[in-house]
Amino acid sequence: MGTAAGSSVSNLGSLTEREVWQLLTEVPDPEIPVLNVVELGLIRHVRSERAGHVEVGVSPTYTGCPATEVIQHSIRDHLESAGFGDVNVVTVLSPAWTSDWLTESAHRKLREYGIAPPAYSVAQPRHLFREPTVRCPLCASAKTERVSEFASTPCKALYRCIACLEPFEYFKCI
Amino acid sequence: MSARALRAAEVSAEVLYRYTLHLGDTSLILAQRLGEWIGHAPALEEDLALANVGLDLIGQARYLLSYAAELEGKGRTEDDLAFLREPSDFTNLSLVEQPNGDFGHTIVRQLLIDAWQLELFERLQYSTASKLAELAAKALKETRYHFRFSAGWVVRLGDGTEESHRRVQEALDGLWKYTHELFAPNEVDGQAAAERIAPDLATLRAPWDARIDEVLRQATVVKPAHVAYAWHGKNAQHSEHLSRLLAEMQYMQRTYPGAQW
Repeated sequence: MGTAAGSSVSNLGSLTEREVWQLLTEVPDPEIPVLNVVELGLIRHVRSERAGHVEVGVSPTYTGCPATEVIQHSIRDHLESAGFGDVNVVTVLSPAWTSDWLTESAHRKLREYGIAPPAYSVAQPRHLFREPTVRCPLCASAKTERVSEFASTPCKALYRCIACLEPFEYFKCI
Repeated sequence: MSARALRAAEVSAEVLYRYTLHLGDTSLILAQRLGEWIGHAPALEEDLALANVGLDLIGQARYLLSYAAELEGKGRTEDDLAFLREPSDFTNLSLVEQPNGDFGHTIVRQLLIDAWQLELFERLQYSTASKLAELAAKALKETRYHFRFSAGWVVRLGDGTEESHRRVQEALDGLWKYTHELFAPNEVDGQAAAERIAPDLATLRAPWDARIDEVLRQATVVKPAHVAYAWHGKNAQHSEHLSRLLAEMQYMQRTYPGAQW
């Protein structure tokens, strides 16, 4: 629901909050550095109650994802170096993060980076585990097969393209 | 608040603490077991898979143990609860402390617990304890992948070669006696259900059976008969395996108290 984050940028919040949203687009994900934390749908809210103060709500992708702490530190560092003296980063668990929150730009960047983006929306009324068509990010063929349910990070599965024979990672729908 | 109301509130807080600790311990101990596979699984993909499932469980454990520590209110942290308690303080399910055995044995254990967690988290989403409800909603999504992974492997191995079939059947026969505990409420479960902190454990049985039966059918593996003797890990009555697991897991903190990195 990157559009929700987007609309927060334009419609809600003070000048400070909009500025913070903008600054957060400069914080990369440590595992997939082509994406920033806003595109990943990790930022759930930005609040500023007084000058110099800002609270950022961050949703972890997977409960045990080791990148979560790094991300929270990066956010704090970045906002502090931008001049905020009082930065509070809080974990927001509910509603649970979903791959539906990846923005369109995130889908495009993942593909360019060689990772197949989520193939469907989990909010759609379809069975979560009907096998999706995962297109090869390198040659765009739909003839691919899953090698493993899990890959180098919790958010991805391992696939192989039958057409161009390249292995690749797929960003799982959750 | 009247004295009686105050006592009731204290009981509720104690039940919530003990129930949260039980769930946290279960996730933690299973995560540690899965971590033992790192570098040893039969293929790189399965090595990664077991580590990833373990990581999700660590995430659950950290959240639950942090919350338990907060509820306890004695200044302890998640790390204190994980690394500085004795085996007799742990209230994990006996199933999850059982040694890994071969890959098939680990996968069967995982199937039994994944199916249980699916049914538990499905219902725990509606807990009156909002922190547990939030975690359950999140963990449920991850557990669906765990179940798909373990069920897929049980079918592959069970319906595989004569050797893999035999090993999976033996694993199931050996682990079955630990499944009774998954559905037999102890005092904490009973009180937690009465306060709608947790679902009634007995209601998990039929849907769990249905899931397991379907996987075993596809795997051509036979479900063992009911066993009379029940284990009670959640009452802190453990097999000797837990002590060894904790000795390894807690080694650093016991040897270098307060060490951080």
